[in-house]
Amino acid sequence: MSSDTGARNAEQRPASGLVFLASELTLLFRRRRTWALLLALAAIPVMIAVAVRLTSGPPSGRGPAFLDQITQNGLFVAVAAITVAIPLFLPLTVGVVAGDTVAGEASTGTLRYLLVAPVGRGRLLLVKFTGAVVFCLAATLAVVLAGTLIGAALFPVGPVTLLSGDTVGVAESLLRSALICAYVTVSLTGLCAVGLFISTLTDVPVGAMAATVVISVVSQVLGQLPQLEWLHPWLLSQYWFGFADLLRQPIEWSSFAANALLQSGYVLVFGALAYGRFTTRDVLA
Amino acid sequence: MSDPTLLEGPVVQTRGLTKRFGGQNVLDGIDLTVPRGSVFGFLGPNGSGKTTTIRILLGLATATSGEVEVLGRSIPKHLPEVLPRVGALVEGPGFYPFLSGRANLHRLDAADRFVDPSTRRARTDRALERVGLSQAADKKVGAYSLGMKQRLGIANALLTHRDLIVLDEPTNGLDPQGTREVRHLVHSLTAEGTTVFVSSHLLAEVEQICSHVAVLRAGRLVAQGSLSELRDAGQTRVEVLTPDPDGCLAVLTRLGLLPQRSTPVHYTPHAGIEAVSAPLPDQIAPHTIVAALVAAGVRVTGFTVDQMGLEELFVALTGEGFDVVQ
Repeated sequence: MSSDTGARNAEQRPASGLVFLASELTLLFRRRRTWALLLALAAIPVMIAVAVRLTSGPPSGRGPAFLDQITQNGLFVAVAAITVAIPLFLPLTVGVVAGDTVAGEASTGTLRYLLVAPVGRGRLLLVKFTGAVVFCLAATLAVVLAGTLIGAALFPVGPVTLLSGDTVGVAESLLRSALICAYVTVSLTGLCAVGLFISTLTDVPVGAMAATVVISVVSQVLGQLPQLEWLHPWLLSQYWFGFADLLRQPIEWSSFAANALLQSGYVLVFGALAYGRFTTRDVLA
Repeated sequence: MSDPTLLEGPVVQTRGLTKRFGGQNVLDGIDLTVPRGSVFGFLGPNGSGKTTTIRILLGLATATSGEVEVLGRSIPKHLPEVLPRVGALVEGPGFYPFLSGRANLHRLDAADRFVDPSTRRARTDRALERVGLSQAADKKVGAYSLGMKQRLGIANALLTHRDLIVLDEPTNGLDPQGTREVRHLVHSLTAEGTTVFVSSHLLAEVEQICSHVAVLRAGRLVAQGSLSELRDAGQTRVEVLTPDPDGCLAVLTRLGLLPQRSTPVHYTPHAGIEAVSAPLPDQIAPHTIVAALVAAGVRVTGFTVDQMGLEELFVALTGEGFDVVQ
């Protein structure tokens, strides 16, 4: 029987997982929803910059951190926008993407076809998680890039005075912005893993999205309560605002490291839970 | 082919396959054997467990107990080797509505690590052509009709050569033209050496395309075999129309039959003509009955031999009416 038509190379080494990852990223960035989320995030620095520009006056000292520096240096728009976006907007968009990972495929009926194709369940989780982390990076970049551009357009740009009082040049400050992107992306990987796990529990993507966002909010609320101080080092959002340490001279790397350690802990625990759940459950959707 | 075990023996074999859901057996001790090269019809009313069985065969769900082998390999242990050789349409099509038909197939093909990406475009185009979707390949699936989605679902099963293709209710939503095309498609797949497993609640559909049939009722397998075996299993009856029913009863009894007066099936008799019918054992040739009747002076108005049709057999096996059995 000529069962091999040349299309199949089952006896050979299977292709690497990169083909499917590429397909996953294409799918993610072909969705209008993804671009709507990124545009909404990019609108944050634009709104901040325009509002500050229109109400030029002496610094009030109120409002989010870094807001007052904007009029002196447009490069601070990106930092101010990240500060505004971290508590709610970034977790919201990440929650949408991470909560959708498995439940979204289940609700469109594509999950069973991916598994039969076959994509191993572990590989599917890994690719979905990677896709969500790539979205985190894109989301952070959207805020920082839009902030840098609008800041440069509306305000003077020059050497930046850091939190430590030192002054760095424009190129150096752009590098610091890139580091902030990396920091914030790492900050959100734990939330991606939580979203991935929740997404394996249900076939209703909206439920998984909402639950993921709620977890990020709860984590921040708990972080506000001094009575729960013992819990704070374990909270997902504990180091979310630590990116400001990247604006010191020399750079204070300890919060970056602590954040990375905490987030990888979340990724391991919730990744394992997601794997345990997803590889043993019946796919009925 | 380096591994001959994938090419020998039944394509699907289950022993005592049982699945429990919420305290009841959805599948109860299924022993299914799908011969290689067959077009296997998996018949049963809604809710009888057809899709659950298919899910277990494809590793989407796990059996509570029992053994499952697909292409000679134990499932779910050997799924990674088996699934690339299996194409499936399970419980209706499932696609991303915001992608075109072609992009959807590319996505699912990219998910299969065992195919050659360089032939992806040619293979998807060929699959789309086989189901008659070439014209609509670049339309978004969200704009497809149910029948078009169904065709795309079948195209997905055809992306590469398969040893087994599972089609769960393949003609759902298809127009008569589409149904006929599916029939042709199944024939051409068999000609290529693919075994086709078709589930359906429509007997007529199965009768037209299948070589083998299994009938499921409330989670139990109530019949299984080749179509002709199943036809033969249907009872044969003789019916005699006669104005001399008493003489007829006597003659048939003497021949070893178990006759009884009956309501005529074939002919509305004139007054005074009655019907006598009896099950016909294999060893009695029908013409000897007529000869015996005539020899005994029984007047024969009509004589018929009837075989229970597949339709009647199906109804007898699965019960009648709309009630979902559970």
